[in-house]
Amino acid sequence: MQKLYSNKLYIAVFVLPAFLAFVCIGIIPLFITGYYGLFDYDGIGEKTFLGLQNYINLFTNDPEFIKAILNSFILAAASLFIQLPLSFILAVILSKGVKGEGFFRTIYFVPVVISSMVIGQLFIRIFNSEGLFNGILGLVGIHTTQAWLADTSTAFFATVVPAVWQSIGYHMLIMYAGIKNISPDYYEAARIDGATGLKATMKITLPLLAPVIKMCVTFALVGSLRAFDLIYVMTGGGPNHASEVPATLMYSNLFTKGIYGYGSAQAFFIVFECLLFSLIINRIFKRAEDNASMI
Amino acid sequence: MKKELNTIKSTGKMIILILVAVVQLFPFFWLILFSLKSNTEIFDPEKILSLPEVWHFENYSMALQGGSIVRYFFNSVLYSVVTVVASGLLAAMAAYGLTRMEWKLKGVVAAIFTLGIMMPVQATLLPLFQVLDATGLRNGYLGLMIPYIVFAIPMSIMVLSSFYRSVPRELEEAACIDGCGIFRTFFSIILPIIRPALATASIFAFMNTWNELLFANTFVDDEAYRTLPVGIMTFVGEHSTNWGLIGAGLVIATIPIVIIYFILSRQIQTSMTVGAVKG
Repeated sequence: MQKLYSNKLYIAVFVLPAFLAFVCIGIIPLFITGYYGLFDYDGIGEKTFLGLQNYINLFTNDPEFIKAILNSFILAAASLFIQLPLSFILAVILSKGVKGEGFFRTIYFVPVVISSMVIGQLFIRIFNSEGLFNGILGLVGIHTTQAWLADTSTAFFATVVPAVWQSIGYHMLIMYAGIKNISPDYYEAARIDGATGLKATMKITLPLLAPVIKMCVTFALVGSLRAFDLIYVMTGGGPNHASEVPATLMYSNLFTKGIYGYGSAQAFFIVFECLLFSLIINRIFKRAEDNASMI
Repeated sequence: MKKELNTIKSTGKMIILILVAVVQLFPFFWLILFSLKSNTEIFDPEKILSLPEVWHFENYSMALQGGSIVRYFFNSVLYSVVTVVASGLLAAMAAYGLTRMEWKLKGVVAAIFTLGIMMPVQATLLPLFQVLDATGLRNGYLGLMIPYIVFAIPMSIMVLSSFYRSVPRELEEAACIDGCGIFRTFFSIILPIIRPALATASIFAFMNTWNELLFANTFVDDEAYRTLPVGIMTFVGEHSTNWGLIGAGLVIATIPIVIIYFILSRQIQTSMTVGAVKG
């Protein structure tokens, strides 16, 4: 048995197909992108080596890109401070056992399974001057024909709304599963000590949920930094670059304008940024997780 | 007194739950409404929430006319099914090698796969585009299937690895003593055992492939190989002023996945959040 399971040929047959495929299609292109970022390159002509100039230009010479990064931070903030707290409240209420627990869980998750393309197209129409949003405003007495996605001052916020709305059920479900995993003994002990309701939620659920919340924060943050689908469908980064995020700028540089070198630098920056923030979140939650293990 | 307070509390909770449920579903309700209306009714602010005066079911037959949407639908089915089967097999074998077999570099290899779970795939877009273009695979089924299969592997490996660790080794040891070779052990004993984990990984891969937009929009220009999301996006572009028709197209694109979701809701919920819960 031992011999059979350390036979090099067998190991190669089992692991190599997936590993080689993943390295060739997933990992090597990542480094090629980083490498392209070092050149002035349009895909057809010669590459001219620029060193780190493209990467420096991202921050010193490109107000559009800075604006795009700020937009992605706004999206991240909306996810962290609106979406996640809402998901948490729903998860706490549902996990404590209410009538229709399964029903609500299923309903909240519906937007998660529907493609961002459909969601985007739907919200284009909701935020149209004659769409659902203005219609509802009209019902409560605010009559407006504001075209939310066509106005540079509101376009980006109109794309943030469906982004936050779509994933509430996703985070709710992750937290819900996490809360269900907490042993009832903790609550029993807390009840004897006189902590119930909100107090128990703050003193027991929240700290014990630290690893789960860390996952949610990571997914919400990294998802915001690399956001693409919804914004691409709804505004394409417009009007006049008002709703641009790094990924939409990168996409139009690569596939509309053919600026391969600079676009690749932007793509590589997104990878770097996601990695950096994942590490920072890990650091921040290290203490919270240590505290949780002490309860 | 305490009892009253509890009733108020639980009523309050119920109101929150119902309110959120309405907010989550209302856009879809409105979508179905306007998919059955004509433009004059859609753009009448007085009737924004009223039922259609005349039910324009012909929006649906018009959307299906010409068969493009049907073609996109079957393309998406093909992409998703091939992705699920191929990535499932590759991942099941790799995860087996990573959890059961003894070799030096397995920690490194496992770490590289883990990296793939959080990786922003946008950063592979241009090099992949160039390779697929140079090899003539772009604008064909394979040009999209290959990246889909490969990017489904890391998550499947993670799901399957944690399942393998919970399977006792006795079965394999017995098979070994009976003179069963490693391949027969894997295909006739292991694969049937890991079916639940394969189902989880498959649903995750299926949903991601079904809804994928970036690769599908970049690697395929030819209408014949288009996926449903991209196809519907071009359909919307072609009929940008006819909202009823657009609505019908969006509903048609959504109905199959919603039906599957309501049949398998529990299983789909588990599968789609598995990355976060296990991680």
